[in-house]
Amino acid sequence: MTKITFTFNGKPIELHTDPSRRFLDVIRNDLKHTGPKEGCGEGECGACAVLINGHIVNSCILPLANVHHQEVMTIEGFSKTKRYAVIEEAFIKEGAVQCGICIPGMIIAVESLLNRNPNPSDEEIRVGLSGNLCRCTGYNMIVKAVLRAKEMGKGLW
Amino acid sequence: MVRHRIPVTLEEALEHLNETTYKIIAGGTDLMVQNRAWSELPPKFDAPLLFCFNLEALKYVKEENAFIKIGSMTDLETLLHHPLTPEILRKVIYEMASPAIRKVSTLSGNIGNASPAADSLLALYALDAKVEIKSQKETRLSTVSELILGPRKTALKQNEIITEIIIPKSSFTQTCFVKVGGRRADAISKVAFVGCASVENNVIKDIRMTINAVAARLIRRQDIEKGLCEKTPDEVKQNVNAILEAYSTSIQPIDDQRSNKDYRKYTANNLIKAFLNTL
Ligand SMILES: Cc1cc2nc3c(=O)[nH]c(=O)nc-3n(C[C@H](O)[C@H](O)[C@H](O)COP(=O)(O)OP(=O)(O)OC[C@H]3O[C@@H](n4cnc5c(N)ncnc54)[C@H](O)[C@@H]3O)c2cc1C
Ligand code: FES
Ligand code: FES
Repeated sequence: MTKITFTFNGKPIELHTDPSRRFLDVIRNDLKHTGPKEGCGEGECGACAVLINGHIVNSCILPLANVHHQEVMTIEGFSKTKRYAVIEEAFIKEGAVQCGICIPGMIIAVESLLNRNPNPSDEEIRVGLSGNLCRCTGYNMIVKAVLRAKEMGKGLW
Repeated sequence: MVRHRIPVTLEEALEHLNETTYKIIAGGTDLMVQNRAWSELPPKFDAPLLFCFNLEALKYVKEENAFIKIGSMTDLETLLHHPLTPEILRKVIYEMASPAIRKVSTLSGNIGNASPAADSLLALYALDAKVEIKSQKETRLSTVSELILGPRKTALKQNEIITEIIIPKSSFTQTCFVKVGGRRADAISKVAFVGCASVENNVIKDIRMTINAVAARLIRRQDIEKGLCEKTPDEVKQNVNAILEAYSTSIQPIDDQRSNKDYRKYTANNLIKAFLNTL
């Protein structure tokens, strides 16, 4: 048992647990947030993505210890922001959501990309989202949604 | 009951390493996958873990005299965007994993994992990179290539930690990185190649080539490189077959789930040839 503290969707959290646990399990089981999903469990699909200090990270291979003293945001926290509202509308307008299982991670990836680069090209979007797999859309609609979001949300990132 | 540790300072980390056996974990992108248990269970390790990724004292990139010095807990995403990162290292990191993985992985993890398919090692070998290694009582330097003994084997002692990666500044007239993998992101190399060269007044002044995933350790043949210096690019191009013949004693790939021997050997030869043809 080790004391771990971090900020979770804006709230301070203190846990006493095994620091080698996968952060994804802590989020889903201890903190009861089920937005991040388990796809591959090996860092290859992005379904479990969360933001640490504003940057995308895969929580399925992140040991809890590594979030000690960091700022974590999941899709639940992000969904309360203006930027989320813009991304959501762009995804709906472009029909970029089908089954939906990749979408929480995909939106985290879009936020992380626009944080680093508010005006990405088509190619930069594909590279920025390259760690997130989607088995339904074929990606083109998602890329279009990001192009739309960056226009709609000018000045927000 | 295992007692994992999250040291706050490097001194504290070194003290723990001196006390008993710990497994150092940086970003964990290799270790968490290799030791994966069932979902919802913590991964299984045979030693307690020493979590070093958040040691602030080991997160920096700086220039000192003729060297670029990188703190061992600097993440690859930071390196990708840092102005001091050597060009060829940047090219390699750009094609490693994905933004999410790069944010939590390190050069010292790529070195410590000692995979024959490690990508950053291609650039580190080519750039003659060294590492600074510390234990409580001693600080020593080693070249990256001497530190790696074989697949998953390094010359690090139980009480030692890599603290810094030291890269001599160098300039080349051309650099090239080619990675052959199953997918553009998140793929482990089937084979990958780095070439760096300086050609001045139609004479090769410096040339370095490294290849991964075609032997138990990365390949760099300085004996062959030396033989190519002071030649003209045309002389080298006319001699390609003899050069490939010289490399063939080192290129000894295996079959595995990612690729097979013949493909790897054929591709490695073509990558060398293609680079020589750009001189
Ligand atoms: C989806 C995915 C994609 C990947 N893609 C690539 C790729 O394209 N190319 C590639 O080369 N690799 C790739 N990898 C492998 C991995 O990300 C890299 O090897 C990375 O550099 C490891 O860094 P880390 O900090 O996560 O290491 P960790 O897992 O924390 O550690 C790895 C090893 O290094 C040792 N170690 C770490 N730091 C130190 C230190 N300071 N001193 C002494 N020992 C130390 C550890 O004890 C351990 O044995 C990928 C991994 C995943 C999950
Ligand atoms: S579940 Fe984490 S990357 Fe696939
Ligand atoms: S919408 Fe189904 S996986 Fe992306």
